Amino acid sequence: MAEVSNNNRDLNRGWRVSAGLVVASLISALSGTANAAWELNLQEPVTALAKRVYDLHSLLLWVIVIIFVGVFAVVAWSIVFHRKSRGHKAADFHDNTKVEIAWTIVPTLILIAIAVPATTTLVEMRDSSQPDLTIKATGYQWKWGYEYLSGDAAGLKYMSVMSTPRDQIENKAPKGEHYLLEVDRPLVVPVGQKVRMLLTASDVIHNWSVPAFAVKTDAVPGFLRDTWFRAEKEGTYRGQCSELCGKDHGFMPVVVEVVSAEKYAAWTAGQKKEMAAAADDPAKIWKLDELVARGEKVYAANCAACHQPAGQGLPPAFPALDGSKIVKGPKEAHLDIVIKGKAGTAMAAYGGQLGDTDIAAVVAYERNAWSNKLGELVQPAEVKARRGN
Amino acid sequence: MQATHTAGAADHHADHGPQPTGLMRWITTTNHKDIGTMYLWFSFVMFLVGGAMSLIIRAELLSPGLQYVQPEFYNQMLTLHALIMVFGAIMPAFVGFANWMIPLMIGAPDMAFARMNNWSFWLLPPAAILLTASIFVPGGAAGTGWTLYPPLSIQMGMGMDMAIFAIHILGMSSIMGSINIITTILNMRTPGMDLMKMPLFCWTWLVTAFLLIASMPILAGAVTMLLTDRHFGTSFFSAAGGGDPVLFQHIFWFFGHPEVYIIALPAFGVVSHVIPAFSRKQLFGYASMVYAIAAIGLISFFVWAHHMYVTGIPLTGQLYFMYATMLIAIPTGVKVFNWVTTMWRGSLSFETPMLFALGFLVLFTIGGLTGLVLAMTAVDIQLQDTYYVVAHFHYVMVAGALFSAYAGLYYWLPKWTGHMYNESLGKLHFWLSMIFFNIAFFPQHFLGLAGMPRRIPDYAQQFADFNMISTIGSFGFGFSQLLVLVVVFQTMKGGAKAEARPWDGARGLEWTVPSPAPHHTFEDPPAFNPAEAHG
Amino acid sequence: MSHPVSANRYYVPEPSYWPLVGSFALLLLASGAVLTMNSIANGGFLLAGGFAVLAVMLFGWFGRVIGESEAGSYNPQVDRSFRWSMSWFIFSEVMFFAAFFGALFYVRVLSVPEIASLDQAALWDGFKDQWPTAGPAAKDMFTPMHAWGIPAVNTLLLLSSGVTLTWAHWGLLANKRQQLIIGLALTIVLGLVFISLQAYEYFEAYSHLNLKMTTGVYGSTFYMLTGFHGFHVTLGATMLIVILLRSVKGHFTAERHFAFEAVAWYWHFVDVVWLGLFIVVYWL
Ligand code: HEA
Ligand code: HEA
Ligand code: HEC
Ligand code: CUA
Ligand SMILES: [Cu+2]
Repeated sequence: MAEVSNNNRDLNRGWRVSAGLVVASLISALSGTANAAWELNLQEPVTALAKRVYDLHSLLLWVIVIIFVGVFAVVAWSIVFHRKSRGHKAADFHDNTKVEIAWTIVPTLILIAIAVPATTTLVEMRDSSQPDLTIKATGYQWKWGYEYLSGDAAGLKYMSVMSTPRDQIENKAPKGEHYLLEVDRPLVVPVGQKVRMLLTASDVIHNWSVPAFAVKTDAVPGFLRDTWFRAEKEGTYRGQCSELCGKDHGFMPVVVEVVSAEKYAAWTAGQKKEMAAAADDPAKIWKLDELVARGEKVYAANCAACHQPAGQGLPPAFPALDGSKIVKGPKEAHLDIVIKGKAGTAMAAYGGQLGDTDIAAVVAYERNAWSNKLGELVQPAEVKARRGN
Repeated sequence: MQATHTAGAADHHADHGPQPTGLMRWITTTNHKDIGTMYLWFSFVMFLVGGAMSLIIRAELLSPGLQYVQPEFYNQMLTLHALIMVFGAIMPAFVGFANWMIPLMIGAPDMAFARMNNWSFWLLPPAAILLTASIFVPGGAAGTGWTLYPPLSIQMGMGMDMAIFAIHILGMSSIMGSINIITTILNMRTPGMDLMKMPLFCWTWLVTAFLLIASMPILAGAVTMLLTDRHFGTSFFSAAGGGDPVLFQHIFWFFGHPEVYIIALPAFGVVSHVIPAFSRKQLFGYASMVYAIAAIGLISFFVWAHHMYVTGIPLTGQLYFMYATMLIAIPTGVKVFNWVTTMWRGSLSFETPMLFALGFLVLFTIGGLTGLVLAMTAVDIQLQDTYYVVAHFHYVMVAGALFSAYAGLYYWLPKWTGHMYNESLGKLHFWLSMIFFNIAFFPQHFLGLAGMPRRIPDYAQQFADFNMISTIGSFGFGFSQLLVLVVVFQTMKGGAKAEARPWDGARGLEWTVPSPAPHHTFEDPPAFNPAEAHG
Repeated sequence: MSHPVSANRYYVPEPSYWPLVGSFALLLLASGAVLTMNSIANGGFLLAGGFAVLAVMLFGWFGRVIGESEAGSYNPQVDRSFRWSMSWFIFSEVMFFAAFFGALFYVRVLSVPEIASLDQAALWDGFKDQWPTAGPAAKDMFTPMHAWGIPAVNTLLLLSSGVTLTWAHWGLLANKRQQLIIGLALTIVLGLVFISLQAYEYFEAYSHLNLKMTTGVYGSTFYMLTGFHGFHVTLGATMLIVILLRSVKGHFTAERHFAFEAVAWYWHFVDVVWLGLFIVVYWL
């Protein structure tokens, strides 16, 4: 179904664009407001604060439209009535202190008037004290890591990666409804609770943003910053990383699911169980194919963005791992670069993001995938031992 | 855009010895008019190059999905588009105007340092070479956006280093150019022309040159620290060593905000000449114009963090920067009101320069007013890094600075070439630009409000329609600009002979010399004529 | 060299190819530097070539200016232009230094305390707000530079060089050529000793104090500020040497000696910057 409607949309668009060109974009845009795609204003707010921001923006819009109309009404009058072609003779004045003082003071008063709501809204916006729930979000190139720091879910920790398939991006498959705005595991929060987000990043500056909450704050590596929201309506809200963070900056959505308290409790319990089940036994001795199979998944989720699914990389910016000297060389060096990364390059330290088993798996995978048929594997215990170095 | 020498100019040469000809004339020249011409041509070529890059950007954004370029390359185009447009196209265009017109307006024989003036120009090509060549080196050009924020810029390849050195060289050029302009204005006005009688274009440049001298070295410092962080292991911008990535942003915007007024002020200057000329009425409120220029210049140093509302600066910082930014609307408003009042009860006619000046007035005001919306921190939280910002700054920079440059071009072209340009082509150029510009950039406001981030090569489907309109408008706008070439070539080759003062309402010393302006003018200071004065 | 110009006309120089040579030099320098920094072969040759061309250009260009000046082409209005331009040039240098001083101020007053604050404890546990620091991730110990050793001596050296330079200026004004030349020579010697001590200080820092450019923000700001200043002292000393040679040749008169004054302004500026440096980099 989604596919069909999508194609229709494309057809429609072609038609509408041609029409739009004839009557100029503004008019056609207004006539098309029925369609969500012709959105002309801020997204519908779902927090009290976002509502205030919405209203503040509407106020400003009126102010600037009125100023604009006022100023250009005068200009239009001159253009029509004070033309040379109508024989209008130029007057001879070039100074009037009273007028000049007036048009310095009046704008000042307007500005003071709008500064008041602007200030109060901002002050409220920055008050992140006494949250019901605190969540830490870490920006990675190019995904978000979430960690619940308080509440029932405390200790829960996972990655949230865009789930739009590559084929859709490359126009080989029809685009889904939430093209580019969908993730494998959204952030889940309870409705009506004050959620404080602590933001940081591991590599470059990212930005965690959800327009419906009026939330947008930089995630700066090495610093914790915070912001907060209290969502008033259940639903799924989507935003995007809003600070250029390299190649896949456009593919780093933020998806927040706001659910009822009951659903939240159920979700938390489910996650905890899953986590316990998935916990790896650090002492387990893995077999080669088992570990490689797991490594393939880890690779696809974490590494393929740069080193590419087939391991060929995007040289020279991102080296090929297929045939790489490090991958085919001693295990230690291979483990080191994955655990510690390489400073000053996009190669991040994965030691903090991935557990021992995952690192062992991805390294094992790389050493056996493509043409690197080394036939040897790395056990989680070896990773653990290597971490100290 | 300099015509060949006329007979009138030839006898001047008697006391100037043999002059190099051909290419050597341009390479070695110390003549402000030649140098101004080179600046203008350079700037137009860079405009085409930067514009071609923007067309790559817009083509990719025509519809959702990746069609023509990879994301890395998109980011490189974005960065180079901005750096080339700002440093290669708009700034040199106004330096070109300054070179041509300031000596003519103040009755000076040339710029104060004619030889250094030539160097200021010839520094631009190496910088342009470094920037454009960086696309072809391993790793490609810097893909960081023109703001070059670390740590992303630390990750880049050698293209980043080339951009850094290009910025150093551009900075040298700007600083030398500015020293030259300030010195010329302060020291070489014809006797009797005191500062408050000086043409407004000179005033805007006096303040602009000051902004440049004060802010370019700051940018140079910022990129130098970036360079050492990249290659010598310093940690200015890394928390692990006690530094802070946000420090770079502070330094960058301490430069970057004055920079946007460096682009805007000379544009204000040009418009302040064109509007009175075609209103056949003296500029209203000369003195308040001067104070407004000075105020804008001064305040521009104290508002930089309005680009950093979402970086997590403290609440007090956000409040202070919000109030300070709002202040700038007041002097800018004064200027707008003065222009409007100049037209009021004038005797208006609408030749191409006036059309572009009016286009500037309308569109710059829109851009300025959306700037005011952005200044409100709470609202900017929604709009930061969205297409609303892109729309804002293209309104002030393309429709502001570029339109005003066109106004100046059409206004002074007769003086430079000795011929009148083709008025119908000029008007066609204006109307195409005006219409397509709005088709290209007005919808971006809606995209931004709806939450489309900037600097992305691909976008969610609800943004598709406006993006397609914007792309169509951009191509229309871009190709309309090629008309300028036609107009300028035609005018250089022939056309109606221009009189010394081709516009009946124009005032100023530049209109007292013949058209085309002889190679050497005002070797002895002209007598100051209060009727030509502006104050 | 230059054709006669009537005394009240502003001197506009002949066409000159030096600007183009200078631009070419900078292109070479920049390309060479990029290649060298990215460890690509032959970058060094380009870099060296760039310096060589730049040297030729400076020699040729300034030679030309000196020639014009001695030929009396510059009327008082031109002289005023020179004064304006030198002042604005120094102002631009002040702003260049301001970027680095600003960075030092920022890390000391804002970023280091913030990283050490309780808010950031989750990321950088146990990091204390102190100066000097190499940052929360630093492992090695290092010894900061003490103000009252070589830096204090250097302060004295630079301060006295300001005095000797002024003394030389008095000599010039009073037409005492001997005093002019001795004063200049002394200034240069003081400058050179300063540079040598600075070099020794760096050597010490690297070999004994474990204080390197890579030593966190302390190392970064220390070397950036002192290094950039040292570079300016070197430039200033070079210009002083040129002025000395010209004085020996008999250039300058008590009435007209703008080149001397420009270099003197520049030297005093470098001097003042050092005072600032001594206080905020070494002392506080
Ligand atoms: C020529 C360049 C130029 C000019 C002149 C301006 C002018 C202004 N700009 Fe803009 N700006 C840019 C170029 C420019 N800007 C660029 C390039 C960026 C993006 C950089 C990047 O991130 O890449 C940017 C970004 C930018 C931001 C950051 C947005 C963000 O990233 O989130 C902000 C926020 O405050 C802002 C504000 C303003 C304001 C308040 C003005 C004011 O000066 C406008 C004043 C004018 C008016 C207000 C209109 C006329 C006045 C009247 C008719 C009087 C009556 C008015 C009132 C009483 C309100 N600008
Ligand atoms: C004064 C500066 C200036 C100017 C004039 C322009 C002009 C244009 N800009 Fe740009 N722009 C910036 C400064 C400028 N821009 C800056 C600072 C940024 C921010 C970058 C960042 O985020 O870091 C930006 C970013 C930017 C974006 C945002 C990209 C993104 O965030 O992902 C877009 C997208 O639409 C865009 C489009 C355009 C278009 C269509 C034009 C048009 O007006 C251009 C029209 C001109 C032409 C099209 C040339 C005509 C030539 C031909 C048609 C033929 C070509 C032939 C030859 C080369 C021989 N610009
Ligand atoms: C953001 C981009 C990015 C991601 C994601 C990434 N890498 Fe890398 N990787 C790089 C870059 C860049 C280098 C080159 C570093 C250098 O200059 O030496 C690199 C180098 C390597 C090397 C050394 C290869 C060689 O020949 O030099 C290995 C091994 C490696 N990465 C493994 C991984 C693994 C395993 C993952 C996932 C867990 C991963 N990378 C994810 C960017 C990335
Ligand atoms: Cu992460 Cu943009
Ligand atoms: Cu700004």
